[in-house]
Amino acid sequence: MNHLLRSLAPISDTGWKLLDEEARERLTPALAARRLVDFSGPHGWEHSATNLGRTTPLASAPCDGVSGVQRRVLPLIEIRADFELSRTELRDADRGAEDADLEPLDKAAHQIAVAENKAVFHGWHGAMTGIEEATPHSPIPLGDTPDDYPRPVAAAIERLLGLGVSGPYGLALGGEQYRQVAEGAEHGGYPLLDHLRKILEGPIVWAPGVGGALVLSLRGGDFLFESGQDISLGYDNHDGDVVRLYLQESFSFRVATPEAAVMLSA
Amino acid sequence: MGFDQYHEPPEELPPATRTFARLCASLTEEAEAIGWYEQRIAVETDPEALAVMRDAQGEEFKHFSMDLEFLLRRAPAWREIAHGVLFQTGDIVEHGEEAEAETLEAGGADETAEDGSLGIRSLKGARR
Repeated sequence: MNHLLRSLAPISDTGWKLLDEEARERLTPALAARRLVDFSGPHGWEHSATNLGRTTPLASAPCDGVSGVQRRVLPLIEIRADFELSRTELRDADRGAEDADLEPLDKAAHQIAVAENKAVFHGWHGAMTGIEEATPHSPIPLGDTPDDYPRPVAAAIERLLGLGVSGPYGLALGGEQYRQVAEGAEHGGYPLLDHLRKILEGPIVWAPGVGGALVLSLRGGDFLFESGQDISLGYDNHDGDVVRLYLQESFSFRVATPEAAVMLSA
Repeated sequence: MGFDQYHEPPEELPPATRTFARLCASLTEEAEAIGWYEQRIAVETDPEALAVMRDAQGEEFKHFSMDLEFLLRRAPAWREIAHGVLFQTGDIVEHGEEAEAETLEAGGADETAEDGSLGIRSLKGARR
């Protein structure tokens, strides 16, 4: 048994399988950052920091004749979303009920995805520098309607090319912007999504939690997500009515090439 | 160059399945190479050539083992059955039957990754 304590939960093997599948289904479409940045790991729950290869000089030394530096590391952060499920619903699922109420799990999965997206794209004050904070580029206005989007996307790519940042490029669209684009506006006879894909030569990603949009290079080596424990379902406690579970992960994120992304402001 | 490791249209396969298929193809190639070296060593009489080929075959043992370990980490049911078969003494077939029955009768190995996570990892290149 590991730190997730799953075997202590009053949940059958069938129940765990159902919960794991439900969590995967909910998380996978919403984890936008993992579709666009480099992913390393998972390195395990015990993995606590990312090596930066940097040092800080130390002002003093234990004795004369020596000098010292201190290694700098980037600590991983942990995010956790707690929720509780009805034991009656889980018992019904064991009996074969196809419509077990797993809404609290769905909500927690969405919250974890939003937190990960926000941390990577916008940053987490005091814990992590996101792409928006790191990029030296001033944001380009997206425009009022989705039909305006190709112009700022092309302008962002031109900026990246001008700095020698090669493609392909990806576009992360915040929830509202994605909805508007997906509603099927046309641009020059092309559905807007297809038109944008041709400009980018890369994917357009639904990024819940992101405000506005972001164009970034997918060539690799620029944006580095390091996973400690990948997203996991763990057990906390239970009583006669509910079982309390959580979704959790640990990770760090760092920007190696700040100029390889451009924000598009809504 | 062909892409024979894919049995289904590659563009319809998720990246994790394509990686799995590549490593399966690599495993096959390493096994073939081990077999070829075994035959060459059996007929070679020059001691120096034999030493070179034994060293080369050792490399293939290593490659095969790394491919296998990768695949077992990605396929929990395979790993569980392999646990019951590999590095055991006694009747191989018997161990195989027992391991298969234990794994499959238990409803298959848990699909969670070895670390207990949901095994989502990178989604770069994944379809929605």
